[in-house]
Amino acid sequence: MGIPFEDGNFSLFARGFLGTLELSALSALFALLLGFVLAAFRVSPVPVLRAFGTAWVTIFRNTPLTLMFFAVTFVLPRLDVHISSFTAAVAALSIYTGSFVCEVLRAGINTVPLGQAEAARSLGMGFGQTLGLVVLPQAARSVLAPMGSVFIALPRNSAVAGAFNVFELFGVQKTLTEKGYAIFAIFFWVALAYLVISFSVGAVFSALERRTAVAR
Amino acid sequence: MSARTASVLYDVPGPRARRRYLLAGVLGALGIAGLLWWVVATLADQGQFDGALWESFEYNTVQQRILDGVLATLKAFGLAAVGSLVLGVLLAAGRLSDHRPVRAVSTAVVQFFRAMPLVIMIFALYQAVFTSEPMWGLVLGLVLYNGAVQAEIIRSGINAVPRGQGEAAYALGLRKTQVMSLVLVPQSVRAMLPAIIGQLVVTLKDTSLGYIITYPELLFVGKWIASNSDGYPYIPVVLVITPIYIAMCLALSGLARWIESRGRRGANRRGTSAA
Repeated sequence: MGIPFEDGNFSLFARGFLGTLELSALSALFALLLGFVLAAFRVSPVPVLRAFGTAWVTIFRNTPLTLMFFAVTFVLPRLDVHISSFTAAVAALSIYTGSFVCEVLRAGINTVPLGQAEAARSLGMGFGQTLGLVVLPQAARSVLAPMGSVFIALPRNSAVAGAFNVFELFGVQKTLTEKGYAIFAIFFWVALAYLVISFSVGAVFSALERRTAVAR
Repeated sequence: MSARTASVLYDVPGPRARRRYLLAGVLGALGIAGLLWWVVATLADQGQFDGALWESFEYNTVQQRILDGVLATLKAFGLAAVGSLVLGVLLAAGRLSDHRPVRAVSTAVVQFFRAMPLVIMIFALYQAVFTSEPMWGLVLGLVLYNGAVQAEIIRSGINAVPRGQGEAAYALGLRKTQVMSLVLVPQSVRAMLPAIIGQLVVTLKDTSLGYIITYPELLFVGKWIASNSDGYPYIPVVLVITPIYIAMCLALSGLARWIESRGRRGANRRGTSAA
């Protein structure tokens, strides 16, 4: 049972754990940026940009993540683009997650009643003030819970990267399986690592939700 | 959201704003066209539109394999969908149980399988039990993960029925099973269906994880075609396979929207949809 503490497996495990953390954190950052841009497109008053955002989100939300990894791994070298498998994994995960972030943000903006913006305008607020002081703070609050589930899913999804030459926790599972350890014992430790990550991210988001909770 | 209506972000545009939007639209269209042109030009530069790379799709055997891949994907999806819904109902019933131990066990099972990456589970199942039957490793993994998610959808759906409904049913002397099956479940099903089908779309997409444990679903077939043809046509393969996946997923989510609109029609005939 104590696999991580035998035969120098600990460093393997630590490397995998850090790999997962690094991959998830970087992808989360880029997914957030991409999601913001796409959401801005989708709520913009310019029809062309809205259509672009819609098309992008439709394509990438309905493409399996494994296929995205497949594409960045095998397609980019054909185009003479040579990047490390880690960079490729970050790209695949950010593009995939970014479209989910976009949808969450858009839904959040839609939950703010129109009257709020009308009231702000009638108080003489400009566009920037209406957006920054009235609309976004209210949208952010209603967005926290679904955003939490997107970012809890991200580390879980990052495991697919292990199948495409990135060393993280799935890589640990594969390596230890090849070394011939009992499969369910390996599973236990890898599962534990993922539970720690999931519950940490979950705890951060529920703390944020508690802090921003307002009776409505 | 036509250009003439106000949204929470923008007021109805005046003449100057309309000119600005038009300018932004033209610039945006140019930018997008440039991006598309760049993609196509890069692909063409690398010779990805050469007939030779696409030739393999003309063979009947290759077309047959793609069809087999789609069927294998749908088969795994069908089994996983049925299994996860059954498991979801059982776990949801467990989480709503009046008996504390049953509730605790179901909660633990749901939380565990929801937090676990599917690849990790599928790989462990494949290595430990289903080495020669990768399909069952994939299906069982999908059932466990999606069953746990479906359980949460069903549970929150039932909890979302107004409390008075259950109280009234109890007051009429119905027992818990009757309250559930006659009052709460029928009312919540309509509200839950879009979320349930949404999760089925996720299940469908996740069948592509079968690729990793050599189950010959669509993506695995794609890899096989690319690595067994002249010139490794990975890009043509991706360009062929991706639309198939997108079409399958859109068909399922279209079903969800259709059911949702029917549900709204029944619930509130004046019903207008939120923006």
